[in-house]
Amino acid sequence: MHPAFSVIFFTTASGAGYGMLATLGFYAGHDALPQNVWFSITSMVVALGLVTAGLLSSTFHLGHPERAWRAFSQWRTSWLSREGVAALLAYIPACAFGLAWVFPALEWPARILGPLMIPFALGTLFTTAMIYRSLKTIHAWHNKWVVPCYLVLGPMTGAVFVLALSAGFGVTLKFLAAFSGALLAAGLVVKWLYWTFIDSTSAASTPATATGLSGTGPAVDVKSVEWPHTEANYVMKEMGFAVARKHAQKLRGIAIWLGFMVPAILIESSVMLPLPQLSFLAIPAAVLMAVGIVVERWLFFAQARHVVTLFYGAKSA
Amino acid sequence: MTSLPDKTDKKLGLVIDLDTCVGCQACVTNCKEWNTGGHMAPLTDLNAYAAEADGVWFNRVHTYEVTGSSACGASTSRTMHFPRSCLHCEKPDCVTVCPTGASYKRTSDGIVLVNEDLCIGCKLCSWACPYGAREFDVFEGVMKKCTLCVDRIYNENLPEEDRVPACVATCPTGARHFGDLGDPNSAVSKLVAERGGVDLMPEMGYAPTNKYLPPRPRKDTATSVPAKELTPVAATGFLGWVDKLLSR
Repeated sequence: MHPAFSVIFFTTASGAGYGMLATLGFYAGHDALPQNVWFSITSMVVALGLVTAGLLSSTFHLGHPERAWRAFSQWRTSWLSREGVAALLAYIPACAFGLAWVFPALEWPARILGPLMIPFALGTLFTTAMIYRSLKTIHAWHNKWVVPCYLVLGPMTGAVFVLALSAGFGVTLKFLAAFSGALLAAGLVVKWLYWTFIDSTSAASTPATATGLSGTGPAVDVKSVEWPHTEANYVMKEMGFAVARKHAQKLRGIAIWLGFMVPAILIESSVMLPLPQLSFLAIPAAVLMAVGIVVERWLFFAQARHVVTLFYGAKSA
Repeated sequence: MTSLPDKTDKKLGLVIDLDTCVGCQACVTNCKEWNTGGHMAPLTDLNAYAAEADGVWFNRVHTYEVTGSSACGASTSRTMHFPRSCLHCEKPDCVTVCPTGASYKRTSDGIVLVNEDLCIGCKLCSWACPYGAREFDVFEGVMKKCTLCVDRIYNENLPEEDRVPACVATCPTGARHFGDLGDPNSAVSKLVAERGGVDLMPEMGYAPTNKYLPPRPRKDTATSVPAKELTPVAATGFLGWVDKLLSR
């Protein structure tokens, strides 16, 4: 599948934003959020900024962005529509929580609004994952690992971002470094399982089933000898993207090290070593992780093969 | 509304005969000609006369080499031309994934259409289609697809014999048939039953309305027609007298 920048940015940025909201909500519920006005304002601006920038970015690839509001209407059948509705609803507890946290006079509602925000944030992440999970045409997406990947990677990136901000403002969120490390490990595990799955399996469809010849005899081989067009058409450009596949293994290595391993090592070493000033290591960890996760998401699109390529000579999809 | 109808009154669709299709591209051309002025007009072309020409087409004809083995085990190979267009599925995910309600399946005849005024151009429907039937119009910013020539088949301004999709009207070999596949007594349904018509990618579960007739099986052996046996020539006249003399 063509890895459109707008969609990669949307899924990574909004994933991190909702992950931050879920992390902050969790700490608020345990009354463990420090009252530092600049930390709270910056955290909320970054979290809601990532969510909003991601949502806006996802409208950039539309043919008619001005009609985007119509996408809220078909939540009965469409996961994309459900995502729009969920994203809109999530603003309500998130904005209310932000106000309650920033203004200490309103401290007690933050303890209720924070946990309330978690299902909205995770629910929106779930709807994003389901957009991909529900597409039967793409084996790399229509499988059981896609939803766990989104539900772990969102909170993982969010927790590391909150950790980096807390380090920047010199405030402490108890156990957040350990919590981030655990999420980075969990993220690597689900992503590894996802990659193992897509490497070892492929779609049930073949060139023979695509052309209706699977029932006409044993081992019918269907070889594409002529395309309907001499130049790439929309279907080929959108669904037949193949540029990155030859670099997939190298890019996976980059994603594994930058997205998971290096941030985990930096964060955990800052905790293990008896130097409190090493907490700043969470900041480079967050930056490197962001790069790694963008590579990971790029691969999620670039490595996804659509069954329509079977008509164009692909042996499997 | 992108919810699918439980059932449709008719199931209008095409039956495509892969045994007869010669890959002449006439259906492709007539489809483009009609539809660039029809319901989903225009079918925009970009760089039409330059490198990297691109454009919206509803019908594409592939060519395959199909290799199998005959009943006696010998390898068989044949060229197969394969027209590919919207199959107007009974359970099309392209409709249900649409976030705006622009994509819909008609209850009256089962035709799958796009309301261009509602389409936001998110392209998700084209991702959901296994058959590559939907093509995005970059210029117009909306998704376009085969309408089964909805502006021909009910068009009372056309002579009755022309009230069929443009691709069907133009096919010089009669490889394309149009009719109600929901009616078991229709000509197309009978043809599908007789020739063993199939669904494309049935494993996807989209229940396509359009059916494809696979190429007829090749005959394994030719009928044996032995040449006449040689028979001795009975000589007459002078040669007969010589023959008789020498045979003594």
